[in-house]
Amino acid sequence: MGENGVLLLLMIDATVRVATPLVLAALAGLFAERSGVVDIGLEGKMLGASFAAAAVATVTGSPWLGLVAAVLVSMALSMVHAVACVTYNGNQVVSGMALNILMAGLAPTLAFAWFSQGGQTPMLGPGARFAPIVLPFAEALAPVPVLGAIYGRISGHNVLVYIAALSVPLVAFVLYRTRFGLRLRAVGENPQAVDTAGISVAGLRYRALLCNGVLCGLSGAYLSIAHGAGFVRDMTAGKGYLALAALIFGKWRPLPTLLACLLFAFTDALQARLQGAVLPGLGAIPVQAIQALPYVLTVLLLAGFVGKAMAPKAIGIPYVKER
Amino acid sequence: MARSSDDVPAWVDLALLPLVNLLAAFAIAAVVIAILGENPFKALWVLFYGALGYGEAIGFTLYYATNFIFTGLAVAVAFHAGLFNIGGEGQAYLGGLGCGLVGLALGGWPPAIVLPLAVLAAMLFGAAWAFIPGYLQAKRGSHIVITTIMFNFIAAALMTYLLVNVFIKPGQQSPESREFDPSSWMPFVHEVAARVGITIARSPLNMSVVVALVASVGVWVFLWRTRWGYALRVVGHNETAAVYGGIAPVRVVIGAMALSGALAGLVGVNAIMGDQHRLILNFTGGYGFVGIAVALMGRNHPVGICLAALLFGALYQGGAELSFDLPRLTKEVVVVIQGLIILFCGAFEGLFRPRLLALFRRAPAPAPAKA
Repeated sequence: MGENGVLLLLMIDATVRVATPLVLAALAGLFAERSGVVDIGLEGKMLGASFAAAAVATVTGSPWLGLVAAVLVSMALSMVHAVACVTYNGNQVVSGMALNILMAGLAPTLAFAWFSQGGQTPMLGPGARFAPIVLPFAEALAPVPVLGAIYGRISGHNVLVYIAALSVPLVAFVLYRTRFGLRLRAVGENPQAVDTAGISVAGLRYRALLCNGVLCGLSGAYLSIAHGAGFVRDMTAGKGYLALAALIFGKWRPLPTLLACLLFAFTDALQARLQGAVLPGLGAIPVQAIQALPYVLTVLLLAGFVGKAMAPKAIGIPYVKER
Repeated sequence: MARSSDDVPAWVDLALLPLVNLLAAFAIAAVVIAILGENPFKALWVLFYGALGYGEAIGFTLYYATNFIFTGLAVAVAFHAGLFNIGGEGQAYLGGLGCGLVGLALGGWPPAIVLPLAVLAAMLFGAAWAFIPGYLQAKRGSHIVITTIMFNFIAAALMTYLLVNVFIKPGQQSPESREFDPSSWMPFVHEVAARVGITIARSPLNMSVVVALVASVGVWVFLWRTRWGYALRVVGHNETAAVYGGIAPVRVVIGAMALSGALAGLVGVNAIMGDQHRLILNFTGGYGFVGIAVALMGRNHPVGICLAALLFGALYQGGAELSFDLPRLTKEVVVVIQGLIILFCGAFEGLFRPRLLALFRRAPAPAPAKA
């Protein structure tokens, strides 16, 4: 295999690593937003979950318990959002913002007080985080040309990467092939009609936000106990917002959202590779230009210059039952 | 955002409600502090003393408050037009670039020329950065919340590029520009006071605080005493009614965002011309987001915003002292309190409000006939 081939494989690896938390968080946002609840709190929930995962994994030494803690914390935060936005008809953007800021403060505060390491958790040992899984036959197939290399790439990731990959078809199935999914989409487009049919709008939105919490928790746990080895300050670093951008860029649909995540992750991997590289005809491309690319693309899409973003119709509007 | 609450005394809506929300936020923060094993009352005392206990602390508190007045007013102006501007952070960053360019280019010119130009440039750059999301919202229907979030990240990338590649002082590693000529610095309040014979402790507090007060009065006059302000509030209240009244919402939305951005941009004057005297990375430090809390807490009114900005200024300054006296706490405790305040004053507004209003209802209003 040539040098370019190796480079390509490294790029694919990097893309997968960056895309995994984005995919999980974007699908979390998909549940909330398709049910009509704006979720700009992805960032905060991820951060809270990544701290919970690292803290519990540190204390118990078990990544699985860490994962459970992350999911529970994230679900609890989703429920705060649900109570504020669905029960009390609060402003959904304000609530999401509040969660982001709350977690940006709470996670380092707790980490500082509990672990006394300046706002981070101790480095996790190999047993306390999710290790790469070698899929069956990966070594046996390795000598086979092409197939061996491809399968070799698919093998060797940690369990959350596979969960993220499986969650895309799963979410698509739930959304388009189940009764719950049909109602979920309906409640985001026309809650009056759903209410008229005798189905609880609030109940559906609560369930959507529970799903949202689970996925967000997985995403946060990936950062601290699978990809990283412990929680550090501002660990999410805007990934929640990037996932939101991917969700919009994917027009609130699972498969396009996955592709948007992969695109954004690829630009990230590219950016790391292109440090100081000079492209023929274009000159040196500033790293920052590539970093800003996902955000610029999303703005262009929203403005209707790149396709048309069709948001769920009832998004952001609290449903007040007429009496 | 304005709601009718005619049948309760005004002070309940304007003072008691924010106070109750504030107390709820502090109560939860106290629980967190107690869980961490520190005495919440001691923490409150450290916060209070650290913010207002001595001259230098008061100066710092007022310096931070100045930033928060600008970002709070920015959020409020957009709020009144029915828009949610989360882009204060990016607009403040660009505002800093605007006045920084003036400082770099016009070093040595008389302050009477440089300072007004710097203020104008900060407003212009902030306004431009908010104009684009405003235009896209009004003309292309892109959602202002998402666009302004994206513009925060784009601003950060742009400023990093400019500082690392363009403004960096030759032969230096850290990405910051050279220092501006002292003639273009916004004078410190302690220097101005010394000139008239009053001794005040040294602090970053500078004459931008006067700009902030002028801006507050200006926003009040604009919103409640001019036709444009009236049009802006009508659009925020009911866009359909505005159209019937002959108001063009497109122009109002774009104008409101530009004004909002201009106000946020003024943070640059305080932080860059008044304190740093050079362009640096991340000087906005979350001020734009605090503006949301300030506007919510201050009920989108300039008087309330100034008071809320003082509160947050005190929290910011006092919070920095927390870790010295209480070893288990960090300054991020303040961010927790800030998040809780946004939660209670904003998202959970419906929690206390109906109960409190019911308590103070003047006369039992005749119940409207319900089907």
